[in-house]
Amino acid sequence: MPVRDIFIEATYLAASVMFILGLRSLTRPEFARRGMQQAAIGMVLAIVGTLVKHEIVEYQWIVAGLALGTLIGYPLGMFVPMTAMPQRIAISHMFGAVAATLVGVATYYNSGGVLGHGEMTALGFEVMFGSLTITGSLMATLKLAELMPGRPITFRGQNAVNLTLFAVTFGIFIYLIARPDQTMFFYGMIAMGLVIGMSMVLPIGGADMPVVVSLLNSYAGLASAATGFAIGNNVLIIAGALDGASGFLLSVLMSKAMNRSFSNVLFGAFGSVVKSTRTLATGQSYTPVSAEDAALRLAYAGRVIIVPGYGMAVAQSQHVVRELAELIEHRGGDVKYAIHPVAGRMPGHMNVLLAEADVPYDRLYDMEQINGEFDKTDVVLVIGANDVVNPAARTDPGSPIYGMPILNVDRARSVIVMKRSMNPGFAGIENELFYDPKTSMLFGDAKASLTKLVSEVKNV
Amino acid sequence: MIAFTELYVFVLAAFVGYQVITRVPPLLHTPLMSATNAISGISLVGSLVAAGAHETPVSTILGFIAVTSATINVVGGFLITDRMLKMFKRVPKPPTP
Repeated sequence: MPVRDIFIEATYLAASVMFILGLRSLTRPEFARRGMQQAAIGMVLAIVGTLVKHEIVEYQWIVAGLALGTLIGYPLGMFVPMTAMPQRIAISHMFGAVAATLVGVATYYNSGGVLGHGEMTALGFEVMFGSLTITGSLMATLKLAELMPGRPITFRGQNAVNLTLFAVTFGIFIYLIARPDQTMFFYGMIAMGLVIGMSMVLPIGGADMPVVVSLLNSYAGLASAATGFAIGNNVLIIAGALDGASGFLLSVLMSKAMNRSFSNVLFGAFGSVVKSTRTLATGQSYTPVSAEDAALRLAYAGRVIIVPGYGMAVAQSQHVVRELAELIEHRGGDVKYAIHPVAGRMPGHMNVLLAEADVPYDRLYDMEQINGEFDKTDVVLVIGANDVVNPAARTDPGSPIYGMPILNVDRARSVIVMKRSMNPGFAGIENELFYDPKTSMLFGDAKASLTKLVSEVKNV
Repeated sequence: MIAFTELYVFVLAAFVGYQVITRVPPLLHTPLMSATNAISGISLVGSLVAAGAHETPVSTILGFIAVTSATINVVGGFLITDRMLKMFKRVPKPPTP
């Protein structure tokens, strides 16, 4: 083996190890940053290793691509606000998929269709996962950025259409493996993949986005791994497998947190038709509360739990939340944050927002950690969360969210819910918690209300 | 015929990934996603060859676009992961008198 090849393989091996160690460092927040910096060094090594490959004979396009990519990537890394993180992550799945798909197309184009069946299988997986991730992620990004309506877009016979698309694409794929020289079928399969990606994400609503974003993460990883198979590169296979496993695991966790199966998320179009067998008695009354009274209760509370939801992200009120919590702590109260796994629009969304607002991470509690503590809590402050605190998930078998694990907010001594109005949340499901006698409703924009609470607590 | 060594590598890597990632706390799930994104930018190793091998003009152009996309993920992905991880802090220990 020439020295050059040994060097290249050594960089790939080092990169693979550093990637795995980097991901492992994420199990401990205090080591995570250094671990990921090491993973970045691994990436640089792999790039350097690739650049000395003898196949590479000209560098102008490489330099141009690296420069342009850095120019676009830098602001996407440094200046995107934390509230925009879901769409930021979704669009990066698209970039990953574009790279994998185009490498696949280039490989196929250069081969002129003269390929072994094994190579064709790898290439087929590569462009199929790649192309459906491209349009799927684009749709997800547009929905998350609200450039497109976030509600599910459905039409009659949608599932039948989608299944037909899947079946036809699968058929084309099988045919291509048998006859790799059928160029039109190769490009036809990419076109079908693009259509499937779109039709897969269109019927999925905003509250289901955590599952979809995770699933697309997994697909982008599988496309990379297939690229590795196609060009015989182990570091690509390893990185792709890690990415695929991570996305898969996250989507399983997210589905579980909503008590729904994958297929139900993908084919269920949550939120479009919601009928609870038990409708709330009309005229049931709720208790509005003024900011002054709410502030008094918070100021004299011994134990407070804050439950943030997507509403907190929309109002960008995480900094005021932290200010309020500090005031309560200063007066001797104890404040914890309860984070539901699917609060927000992507896994871990709330944690990042609160960390950005300088909330120490040991104050943030997962659902299992904190659910036993609600009955000892004086006041729970719910900020723009709805379905994740809806007791119907425990009590009403007719509810679409029945069986979903929820935060047991209704077991606390008293609850203050911050909400814009009495409109039901995204999924359109009525929430009994709001009509509970111990619940008070504080209406208005979350940030404005919180700012008022802060100044009132200061005056107590 | 698919090389079986590669299949072994894939399956074992997926297994290691699964084991490691189950232990990542929900607290860091967003950084985990951006981290795996950055790592998946490793498709650069394929893109660079396509852009620089001078096989056909088509593959060079496709390679150029692929290099650009993958670089966006590498640069943007590692930067944003670092930015997020930097924010996670513990409760400051009270100064001992």
